[in-house]
Amino acid sequence: MTINTLSQDGVQRQQMPCLTKMERMIISMQDPDMGIKLRNQRLLITVIPHKCSISDEEALHVGQLFVKYGYIYPLKEPRNLILKADDSSYRFQTPYYWMSTRWPASELDYAIYLAKKNIRKQGELIEYEKECYNALHKRINHTWDFVVMQAREQLRASKQRRKGDRIVLECQEQAYWLVNRPPPGTQDSIDHGPERRTTNTRVQLVSKLTITTQLTTCTTTHNPHTHTYCEQYQPHDPIMQGCLPSNPWITDDIMFWNMNSETVALPTKLRVERWSFSFMELLNDQMGRKEFLTYLEKEFSAENLCFWQACEDVRHGETAKIPEKVDEVYKQFLAPGASRWVNIDSKTMEKTLEGLKRPHRFVLDDAQMHIYFLMKKDSYPRYLKSELYKNLLARAIVPQETKKSVFPFMRRQRHSSPSPALATQTAEDDGKAKYSNSNSGTASRL
Amino acid sequence: MCDQTFLAITFGPCDNCSQNKPLMNIYLKNEPINYCSLCVELMACQGLAKGETTNTLKAESESLKAKLEEERAKLHDVELHQVAEKIDALGQFVMKTRRTLKGHGNKVLCMDWCRDKRRIVSSSQDGKVIVWDAYTTNKEHAVTMPCTWVMACAYAPSGCAVACGGLDNKCSVYPLSLDKNENLAAKKKSVAMHTNYLSSCSFTNSDMQILTSSGDGTCALWDVESGQLLQSFHGHSADVLSLDLAPSETGNTFVSGGCDKKANVWDMRSGQNVQSFETHESDINNVKYYPSGDAFATGSDDATCRLYDLRADREVAIYSKDSIIFGASSVDFSLSGRLLFAGYNDYTINVWDVLKGTRVAILFGHENRVSTVRVSPDGTAFCSGSWDNTLRVSAYLRSSGESELRNILYNTV
Repeated sequence: MTINTLSQDGVQRQQMPCLTKMERMIISMQDPDMGIKLRNQRLLITVIPHKCSISDEEALHVGQLFVKYGYIYPLKEPRNLILKADDSSYRFQTPYYWMSTRWPASELDYAIYLAKKNIRKQGELIEYEKECYNALHKRINHTWDFVVMQAREQLRASKQRRKGDRIVLECQEQAYWLVNRPPPGTQDSIDHGPERRTTNTRVQLVSKLTITTQLTTCTTTHNPHTHTYCEQYQPHDPIMQGCLPSNPWITDDIMFWNMNSETVALPTKLRVERWSFSFMELLNDQMGRKEFLTYLEKEFSAENLCFWQACEDVRHGETAKIPEKVDEVYKQFLAPGASRWVNIDSKTMEKTLEGLKRPHRFVLDDAQMHIYFLMKKDSYPRYLKSELYKNLLARAIVPQETKKSVFPFMRRQRHSSPSPALATQTAEDDGKAKYSNSNSGTASRL
Repeated sequence: MCDQTFLAITFGPCDNCSQNKPLMNIYLKNEPINYCSLCVELMACQGLAKGETTNTLKAESESLKAKLEEERAKLHDVELHQVAEKIDALGQFVMKTRRTLKGHGNKVLCMDWCRDKRRIVSSSQDGKVIVWDAYTTNKEHAVTMPCTWVMACAYAPSGCAVACGGLDNKCSVYPLSLDKNENLAAKKKSVAMHTNYLSSCSFTNSDMQILTSSGDGTCALWDVESGQLLQSFHGHSADVLSLDLAPSETGNTFVSGGCDKKANVWDMRSGQNVQSFETHESDINNVKYYPSGDAFATGSDDATCRLYDLRADREVAIYSKDSIIFGASSVDFSLSGRLLFAGYNDYTINVWDVLKGTRVAILFGHENRVSTVRVSPDGTAFCSGSWDNTLRVSAYLRSSGESELRNILYNTV
């Protein structure tokens, strides 16, 4: 009876999908033919039937959730809301008290329940219940006469019922309040986090145009690229195939990380192989990028990679520094007669030079894309066929799998590593290096 | 406190007829305009050709949508799991929890890995943001935010800063200082400002830009140094709960999922919504790109996870089971993309075979709902944060011998 419509709608929205599914399961469990065997007014949970094949552990887990959300309650220890896989008895909660029908539990109803308990037997209220009772008394003092009257009426009505029914009703009510007003210290299963609103004040006008464009662009067929990607990367996935020498998290041995760090002298074979998967893999690895630069220097086209890196810096760097960075790029790479002039087609060059008059973050995008694809189509495949790459691949290490430790019960020391915050602090102190790999603003992946 | 861009004016002078009336807040070409309802009607009718009404246009739009679905269905020739029939099935996976990080006093809501593969940042309901070295389980930094429910946190690519936000509607960046005497909160930079809670944040390829999503239904790109709004993304009609950046060559798109059951793909330069998918039956809690960048997975309150292919422009797989009733709060791929880890509100983590659509493992252990699951950058382990106040780092245990298995199990934390 409390007027709190917004939160009611809000959380019920989140709850509804799982509640309806739980309720469907509960109903099917009570089906006389397919459901659980019932005995008089009690039931025994020995096997929880499900249509699909799931393990006992999972079935038990699902059963636990039923108890937590109040659909089944235990009889022997009502305050202990867990499902035990033994012969203890449980009972199904009546739909009147289901979460979806009686949510949120109102303060008024709780006050009436506590008042009933108090009237029925003085001193039956537990500590936390007494506290709640007093707090409620203060809070809704204006309707307290109504509360006490309702409590008395309900007690009188229950006295006229059969003893068996009365006990069941009391159990049901108690179980309901144990779920909805858990004692302090126990877990609150109904806790949901901040509300999510469904409506928004602003609405986007959808035009017919967007849908027709979607129709015309819908031409590509589904090619199973996910399959080929998975297959290609499987040897590199530690969770699928393990990693050599060993997974640091399992054996407490950080050799794997040390061997794959950025500054190692000789890389591992897997790492070098990965550079051949795609141009992006090569560029994302700092060592790969350095190797590629060495190769390009031999080919006298190193300015391409340097230009690309400079453009990345502009795109991802501070907004305030964009004009000066773009200016630098122009002087070094684009100006006629520049020291590291890059070969861009005239159309792109014209467009870029035009845009340079009003430099913004994306002004170098077209030129960058052109150079990127140039490197990808031309220099990159040649690099993979080059002596430099093949040599490195041949020399690359294949780590030995860690031998089993001699003393099985001794735990390895776990050493801490220097924080990346420290590493870049010292780099900054040494002075920023322009267009170099160890730019403090950007970092490569892995 | 509110950024002017997102302020909603509901009564005042109409932009068109200048009369004081109740206003409708709409967007035209990403520009917010405030027209009274009469002017909106007139404007909508202006676009009508002879013989059309708004109803006929609506009907036409619906039929076009149906036609689009038909065309999409015709074009796909092979289902994902059909292709996967030729692939070997995966055996059972034994995952073992190797580290349990205890230290948060309240529900853990979000976490992120550092690129050094061992450090993580995590945020919780009581406003604490902690940076851990997960390998040694040492806490390295701790910040107390001025708000509760810090739902978003992210580690900067350089490892020098963390970003976090939540019910304060802001995203703040804290540079990590190793000076013990320095109070991290002193150097805090307030970057993003929304008009509702911050649900998710992520650095782009550098420390200088942050992408945020919010309960006000928008996503936004910000410059960290100046706090300037670089681009905003409008199109969701309800709270946006999650976003993820595409690992593509050109690095220009990201995907977002929200309470309107839609997953939208956006172009970061223009702010346009380039693709949209609406097949879920309830709120989308989390979105994550497939490692190649050509697909993405979503986890939703309807207890399913789904895989969407960007090139085929449709949903290609659903990961669900009758016994899974509770919503998936968080998803992440393994390094090769073969496995999908999903954390659920029923306290478990289910591991799915992405290609075959079957479940390969279920992990118990958390005592309350799993709020976040992330695989480490080199794929060696995954970390799960839960409302039971702990974070667990788990890895795949290849039992290469019973004695070794026993050996490792004795050393479990």
